[in-house]
Amino acid sequence: MTENKENETGNEEASVENKLTDPRELVRKISENSWEIPIGHIPGMRVPGRLFVSEKLLTGIEPETISQIANVATLPGIQQYSMAMPDAHLGYGFAIGGVAAFDMEEGVISPGGVGFDINCGVRLIRTNLQKEEVVPHIKELTEELFKNVPSGVGSKSRFKVSDQELDEAFLLGAKWAVESGYGSKKDPAHCEANGYLEGADPSYVSAKARKRGRPQFGTLGSGNHFLEVQYVDKIYDREAASAFGLEEGQVTVMVHCGSRGAGHQICTDHLRELSNATKKYGIQVPDKQLACAPAQSKEAQEYFKAMLCAANYAWANRQVITHWTRESFEKIFCRDADDMGMDLLYDVAHNVAKLEEHTIEGKKKKVYVHRKGATRAFPPGHPEVPSAYRDIGQPVLIPGSMGTPSYILRGTKAAMEISFGSACHGAGRVMSRAHAKKAFYGKSIKETLESHGIIVRAANPSVLAEEAPDVYKPSSEVVNVVHELGIALKVARVIPLGVAKG
Amino acid sequence: MPPQQKQYDYLEHTADAKFRAYGKSLEETFENAALAMFNVIIDTGKIFGSVKRDVSIESYELESLLVDWLSELLYLFEVDEIAFREFKVEEILEKDGKYFLKARAFGEKFEDRPLPFETEIKAVTYNQLELCKTKEGWVAQVVVDL
Repeated sequence: MTENKENETGNEEASVENKLTDPRELVRKISENSWEIPIGHIPGMRVPGRLFVSEKLLTGIEPETISQIANVATLPGIQQYSMAMPDAHLGYGFAIGGVAAFDMEEGVISPGGVGFDINCGVRLIRTNLQKEEVVPHIKELTEELFKNVPSGVGSKSRFKVSDQELDEAFLLGAKWAVESGYGSKKDPAHCEANGYLEGADPSYVSAKARKRGRPQFGTLGSGNHFLEVQYVDKIYDREAASAFGLEEGQVTVMVHCGSRGAGHQICTDHLRELSNATKKYGIQVPDKQLACAPAQSKEAQEYFKAMLCAANYAWANRQVITHWTRESFEKIFCRDADDMGMDLLYDVAHNVAKLEEHTIEGKKKKVYVHRKGATRAFPPGHPEVPSAYRDIGQPVLIPGSMGTPSYILRGTKAAMEISFGSACHGAGRVMSRAHAKKAFYGKSIKETLESHGIIVRAANPSVLAEEAPDVYKPSSEVVNVVHELGIALKVARVIPLGVAKG
Repeated sequence: MPPQQKQYDYLEHTADAKFRAYGKSLEETFENAALAMFNVIIDTGKIFGSVKRDVSIESYELESLLVDWLSELLYLFEVDEIAFREFKVEEILEKDGKYFLKARAFGEKFEDRPLPFETEIKAVTYNQLELCKTKEGWVAQVVVDL
């Protein structure tokens, strides 16, 4: 087809253009892992940009990603810096890995700082099983998980909720799921925000978003989302690991997914409204995806209240998946989930905007913190950290790419001072899906992973090529930057045994 | 026979999918943009069927009409479970500062057999969105979130 030929020519031109601009020429070094994008990088910047990467990772940052960080710095009411975490890569609106806080009164709220997959996030479930007990059953366990948790393009739930149930889920998130019989009463306390954010208002959720959301509870979706059986391979911090209930050789389960069609539609609907509002309030934005409105305006608040519904939906979604995960373990090991110690360690959002209190220039201030591909990392003693972890700091869960290690870290005081209590969210993509599909075959990726003892089950093979380990930055390098900066400290590393994907 | 005009091509994007769609008319460009989008989800050559959906859109800008059109198709894809393969945009017109689109989309219900899906599209973005008139017709540029 002629399209492909044209495509290749286009690619060559784009990559030549990228090679001409060394990202190091666009930034100023602040310290080992901290770089400034100076005011003036693009017109209209109100604050500088701040990119948290090592010099090595910096060389792989695309100039367009740096421009996206600068774009956010032009938005009204932005505080201190427009930031990006070490897993930063090209996004839409905000760069992925972007963090920005906006004054509650003078600032804005922007769906471009949250993304379409509202409250995409990660949860980690502990077990008291040892790797040796699970490995002989990993194939059937992965198959069982794949069967019980629907995944892939167009996947539908095993149940459909009524309109009233959907409203309750929008309002109460994980708490609704538990009350409906999906999970343990103890689970919501180990979620960020106890599994639901207050202030959600389903009257700002369209009929379309409701229709998409109703049949999708307990579905993973596609792309980089996964359900993974893992084992703890390394402990970095014994005291924190003990508080988190982690020890070497122990088996854990990680869930990575978001608010599905409900969240995508809520963002689509409100982005349309906010695009008009941006013009109405005379706000200049360098990228239409950064559509925004003054934080207290009708349009911004309606988006915010609908966005909270999607965030709560996502917590309910991960809660239902947790329930089916426990049932899958029960079936394979013929033991009760409680008996296998299948407690929720923690659940964190990495695509969300929240009203939080931060100390800025010595003053306590309420700000709308937007985290788009960034994880909250609150310190020891913070009231929002669950009591079991209050002395240690909030668990920060960083998923690796398929077949590579994931990390458990803990939040710190430094994060509050440096990054509005935020850290990275993953490995960060470096290769496009189209390139990945040319470079890899799903089948051989599967075979390579299996030769390393990792069982993969996916709804369609092309997702394996698109999500091949080599299309991401090494998760270890990203996590090391966060650790060295001190915005989150390494506690443990987990290695995959079995992965179910869309 | 004159060479067939290129319908669309894909551009490099690290995380998402970016394409340009071409057409002699605005209507044809919107049709080709839909075709480009659905070929991210699935090779449309592998789907059949003529399940029809009528689509009517109104928007304040021509560019947002394009986003709304593609978003509506994604919505119908998910909710009605139809993988679309053919699009007929009947008319795009401007009236009183608003833009209107009327179209039909044809495809296969995916409950009937498992379809060879490639990639899920979460949504259509406004990022790097362009719609330009050229000597030959129109060019649309769209980034979709994967």
